[in-house]
Amino acid sequence: MSNTARTPLVEMRDISIAFGGVKAVDHVSIDLYPGEVVGLLGHNGAGKSTLIKILAGAYQADHGEILINGEKVEIRNPRDARAQNIETIYQTLALADNLDAASNLFLGREIMANGLMNDAKMEAETRKIMGRLNPNFRKFNVPVSALSGGQRQSVAIARAVYFNARILIMDEPTAALGPHETQMVAELIQELKAQGLGIFLIEHDIHNVMKLCDRACVMKNGQLVGTVKVDEVTDDDILGMIIMGKKPAKAA
Amino acid sequence: MTDTGQAATAHAQKRGIIDTLELDVRLLGMLVAFAAIALVFTIWTGGTFVSPRNVFNISVQAVPVAIMACGMVFVIVARQIDLSVGSMLAMCSAVMAMSQATWLPQAMGLEYGNPYILVITILLGFAVGTGMGAITGWLVGYQRIPSFIVTLGGLFVWRNVNWYTTNGQSVSLTDPHLLMFGGTEGVLGAPVSMVLGVVASVAAVLGLMSARRNKQSHGFVVKPAWAEGVMMAMVVAAIMLFVTWLSRYPVPEAKLKRLFEARGEVMPDGYSAMHGLPISVIILIVVAVAMTITARKTRLGRYIFAMGGNPDAAELSGINTRALTVKIFALMGFLCGLAALIAQARLQSHGNDIGMLEELRVIAAAVIGGTALAGGVGTIYGAVLGALIMQSLQSGMAMVGVDTPFQNVVVGLVLVIAVWVDIIYRKRMGLTK
Repeated sequence: MSNTARTPLVEMRDISIAFGGVKAVDHVSIDLYPGEVVGLLGHNGAGKSTLIKILAGAYQADHGEILINGEKVEIRNPRDARAQNIETIYQTLALADNLDAASNLFLGREIMANGLMNDAKMEAETRKIMGRLNPNFRKFNVPVSALSGGQRQSVAIARAVYFNARILIMDEPTAALGPHETQMVAELIQELKAQGLGIFLIEHDIHNVMKLCDRACVMKNGQLVGTVKVDEVTDDDILGMIIMGKKPAKAA
Repeated sequence: MTDTGQAATAHAQKRGIIDTLELDVRLLGMLVAFAAIALVFTIWTGGTFVSPRNVFNISVQAVPVAIMACGMVFVIVARQIDLSVGSMLAMCSAVMAMSQATWLPQAMGLEYGNPYILVITILLGFAVGTGMGAITGWLVGYQRIPSFIVTLGGLFVWRNVNWYTTNGQSVSLTDPHLLMFGGTEGVLGAPVSMVLGVVASVAAVLGLMSARRNKQSHGFVVKPAWAEGVMMAMVVAAIMLFVTWLSRYPVPEAKLKRLFEARGEVMPDGYSAMHGLPISVIILIVVAVAMTITARKTRLGRYIFAMGGNPDAAELSGINTRALTVKIFALMGFLCGLAALIAQARLQSHGNDIGMLEELRVIAAAVIGGTALAGGVGTIYGAVLGALIMQSLQSGMAMVGVDTPFQNVVVGLVLVIAVWVDIIYRKRMGLTK
């Protein structure tokens, strides 16, 4: 309601991208406001991850524009996205398995001293943020390949949170997690939301969507089926959108 | 029953000491293997194997392969391979040999012995090496041609451009300065070597201390002071032993006489001089230290390891992996140029077959030194040690009269066994990489 008056944090307008004739994303427009969680739903191959990778700088759109705080920006690579304070937690986590937690957290943004990396400082910072996110985390000096799924996830989350993200993209953050860790991620999302971050959440679990998201965008075959406010629809409505590609009649 | 119990306790204690000293188990394994090889050949040859002269020779002979192996570690860690290093070495060697023998003296009119010849020749060799490497890197990084194919092609191309450059002839090194990179022709003498040894020891101790202080300043647990002291003592002992040993290798009297005659002097009676450290070994140490710092303390090194661990993650972290690939191969090419300078100086000429099959030795040295072909894992000191182990084996076998074919059979077997043992070790320890 009040959303309409404010400038969206992110606006992706009329985005299209094709891979060898296949239209992976077909004229899709979505937006995201500060302090809001927008869920992205759809079958596998619906184009959610592709759309979000355009925002993260991993792909470049063939058509369309991206606005951050109402201003048009060019995001040509992941560095550009990071410069706009867009942080991404990929489904694959995008961790270098042979490096330790600190090296992964600061990958591409190392803390330097006299032209050399200051590993002790980076480890100290990593200990600080992990102490907040996952107090049980102890394995700072081993490659992340030696960590459990939940621990790896918390490293990936720490990386996104540490650098003062304004826009957070989470691609199925709870897919590989147990119930306890899923709850932890849910609490984190609430906390970040309260801090005013905007969050895009790609999620398959309808219950998580109903619980965590303010709005939900449903995609099918590269096209946007519709965007609904979560508290105005039932989970059956959303399931209908995902499966049938039909927008519920009552939603605006 | 009691036996196994005791063995287990002893084992636990042993691991305790290694853990306290924070020693790399793999490094320890390699050092033990190296020591075993040295011990066997020392007994077999009645002590000749560890004579100052032989230690000097092994060190000097291992240098070109060891230098290239340092670069190969980066290449393999980044999930690539370079099969063209032997041919690149030959190409750099050909350019440098022609430069000092023909191009500069005849085309530019520089006189033999002019210091500019030395400088221009070396720069030319390095530029050609770096250029060849950069071309490889561009084809691999930007054009996405597998490095195996690009460098297999490079192996043929550069070997034969080298042939064409020299018309297939051997070119002897006529520039007197160039020979100083070779070994016996370029040594520092005992006094300078000892001073350098002390300087290196002090630097090593200071380095260990500053690393410790940095850790402490962030409140991390450091190993006990006695353990740090033991580490320092071991490092200093190794450096000083090596330097002292080479400082006991005398320069032959006939050669000293010639040197004095060349200066128009007469050698005093009873005069003697020791070889000390060869310049080529100093170059190797500088390269190994610089590459280790690059690997551990610079962004370049961190990105190379990240790319080897997960290329997609590196890309998504904003690392320009294409440009990084060019840098890695260009560095490899540069080191081939450096190795060429040393190899041709040691042989005192450029032969058409210089560096032939070196690529396989270089890869073997890196792999024996613990570099994983799957990428992401490898150390510089391991590669240098790998090169030393191979050279020691070959030298030792030659001394006890093993025929050349069997020497190569043994080196091949050692390569396979080293990797095999490493795989078994990792399985036992439950490590994935």
